[in-house]
Amino acid sequence: MIRIGDAPRVRRLLIGVALALTVLFLLLPLVAIFAQALMSGIDVYWQNLSNAYTLSAIGLTLLVAVITVPVNLVFGVFLAWLVTRFEFPGRRLLQTLIDIPFAVSPVVAGLVYLLLYGRNGWLGGWLDAHDIQIMFAWPGIVLVTLFVTCPFVARELIPLMQAQGSREEEAAVTLGASGWTIFRRVTLPNIRHALLYGVILTNARAVGEFGAVSVVAGAIRGETNTLPLQVEQLYQDYNTVGAFTSASLLALLALLTLAAKAALEWRAARRETAT
Amino acid sequence: MIAQALTRRRERRVLPGFGLSLGISLTFVSLVLLLPLTSLVGQLSQLSWSQYWFLITDPRLLASYTVTLLAAAVAALSNAVFGLLMAWVLVRYEFPGKRLVDALMDLPFALPTAVAGITLATLYSSNGWIGRLLEPLGISVSYTWVGIALAMAFTSIPFVVRTVQPVLEDLPAEVDEAAMTLGASDGLAFRRVILPYLWPALVTGTGLAFVRSLGEFGAVIFIAGGKPYETEITSLMIFVKLQEYDYAGASAVASIVLATSLALLLAINLWQGRFIKRLHGGRG
Repeated sequence: MIRIGDAPRVRRLLIGVALALTVLFLLLPLVAIFAQALMSGIDVYWQNLSNAYTLSAIGLTLLVAVITVPVNLVFGVFLAWLVTRFEFPGRRLLQTLIDIPFAVSPVVAGLVYLLLYGRNGWLGGWLDAHDIQIMFAWPGIVLVTLFVTCPFVARELIPLMQAQGSREEEAAVTLGASGWTIFRRVTLPNIRHALLYGVILTNARAVGEFGAVSVVAGAIRGETNTLPLQVEQLYQDYNTVGAFTSASLLALLALLTLAAKAALEWRAARRETAT
Repeated sequence: MIAQALTRRRERRVLPGFGLSLGISLTFVSLVLLLPLTSLVGQLSQLSWSQYWFLITDPRLLASYTVTLLAAAVAALSNAVFGLLMAWVLVRYEFPGKRLVDALMDLPFALPTAVAGITLATLYSSNGWIGRLLEPLGISVSYTWVGIALAMAFTSIPFVVRTVQPVLEDLPAEVDEAAMTLGASDGLAFRRVILPYLWPALVTGTGLAFVRSLGEFGAVIFIAGGKPYETEITSLMIFVKLQEYDYAGASAVASIVLATSLALLLAINLWQGRFIKRLHGGRG
């Protein structure tokens, strides 16, 4: 069978151009991160990595991820269950609302939180009176990260759960299963991979968020610095090797994210061919 | 009346958990999304129309709109071409390293934008790996709108590839076979047969890349340099105003950014909805 673009000359040309562009625009930046980080040798790399500021940035970044990922996981599952299993007025509106963080510039996300919780904000006076610090402290970073990452789990689950329909769950109801049992035994096995993928995406974004976090963090060194903020600070201080050292940690995490995604897709494809 | 409508509907509901999931979803959406967004409306309502108009038409800001729109348009269009090529090559051909190339396409989403930003700025600076080669040719990327477009294009690479790829995979083999047996050349057959089929997905992906590029911040600011009137993007203007504690000005600019992206997103969703309906209508 002859298909469009199957002539050897066309094929070689297109593959060649595609590979060249991929190397230039994707592979080269990736290599550059590690090359820059290791520019002054492995000893300097370790020094930069075990520096107290870097360690505290790693700690804060992990704290943010440990809080936002589970919260958005629970929210995402409930929202997906709600919009795919029930008909109710405002269902479409709710689905559109959770797309907002995708469309909005992260700086705007940071700004609206600053307006709400900042010193002059609506809740600012009350928070000040009770001596609760949200802006320019870690709770603010957690809150904007929640905002920025809230669509990921739901967006992965909704199309899948819509396609699967609710017949299996309805059968479980007629057999007298409780809500939790239905979810655990019927729904969860079907959405396992999409859920995991949503969690991986949420985690990647939570760890790497920069624009929104830089508005609300205030960047006190060693106190409210996440890894991306530290990358920026070191780079502005002309400490290129230091900046790329922290960047290389984030790049490693990105590579893990890509590997996990590829593994999930590979398993899904294998299951599909098996059935 | 709403309560009545709800109970009437509940009779048809078989599955448990409606109340619980509605409660959790609404609480979360109100607290995390709506409440902060209302504070923006609250801030803006303290401005008169003429004050608002004055804030959003500041000449330095107008220059930033032009730079942002121009760079985002160039980024989105480049991605349309690049994304179409990558989707085609990944779906139609077999070659060594294909799985690796496929996985790399998602790198811009996985890599934090600040990391992408400093990396591109370093690569294209006058003594960077690529900048060094471009300088003798008289091409400067750093601190120009070209650099801004490049950074925007990098962060939005996956949109076109990942929207076109599944559509191309579903394209029945008979379609291009028919075109080929009728004697059409590769170029003609692609333009007249394949492209119309991919068009909705291509427009959707390009549109999403454009929206994302308009809002991009972390990847752009390092390579842009932020020269007033020349390489300042609109997100950076919000940031600058916040650093000057000009909350009213920042909110006014934010309202423009927010309204533009929401309008574009809505347009893309409507376009996509129409396309899906047409597809199903054609089948049934």
